[in-house]
Amino acid sequence: MEPVRVQEAAFDPGQELNAFTATVSGAGAVVSFSGVTRDLAEGALDVMEIEHYPGMTEKALLSIRDEAMTRFSLTGAMILHRYGRLAAGDPIMMVATAARHRADAFSAAEFLMDYLKSRAPFWKKEVTPEGARWVAARTEDEKALSRW
Amino acid sequence: MKIDVHYFAWLRERLGTGRETVETEAGTVDELIDELRARDEGYAHAFSDTGALRAAVDQDLVEFDARLDGAREVAFFPPMTGG
Repeated sequence: MEPVRVQEAAFDPGQELNAFTATVSGAGAVVSFSGVTRDLAEGALDVMEIEHYPGMTEKALLSIRDEAMTRFSLTGAMILHRYGRLAAGDPIMMVATAARHRADAFSAAEFLMDYLKSRAPFWKKEVTPEGARWVAARTEDEKALSRW
Repeated sequence: MKIDVHYFAWLRERLGTGRETVETEAGTVDELIDELRARDEGYAHAFSDTGALRAAVDQDLVEFDARLDGAREVAFFPPMTGG
């Protein structure tokens, strides 16, 4: 399985997790996180458009994953991120980590998520009946990096 | 030198293009921004607040004082919102 995938197609987080778990040997702990397209108040989200920077995206995600493999004692890690048009409730992305013990697996999953939020070139745009708007980056997401 | 310049998200929409080839003598990202600003009002406006922008050189995130020696590709975009 490719450790980093960027794709337009939908995916099944459960199936991906099972496939990942089957590839990691010697792990006693597997942690996964799935991000889901959040609806706006009163179901106002028509579609979430995710733009990315082909080439840099893959490069950034591979580098974030390599950094996690170096910092934590892992037997495996994967990142999958979608782009294109998503509906409320659709899985956007997932990360999974495997380690001998759970502490490394949990920490590495948080590390991957924190870096993915503000260091991988994705941009979200919410389209509603009233119009479209680009989602602003949150200062908390940038601050979250300082703990690593 | 010729550099491919890419724009993303609202910057792409504001400039009306996602990619262009630029003939430039800029030595740094900052100098390239100055050249782009000098083109017309649209560019000047889009690049008026560089605090709201990020830059990448050859697909690596950089600070605005980064050098462009031998760079093939520069990208400008708002802060990223992945995850």
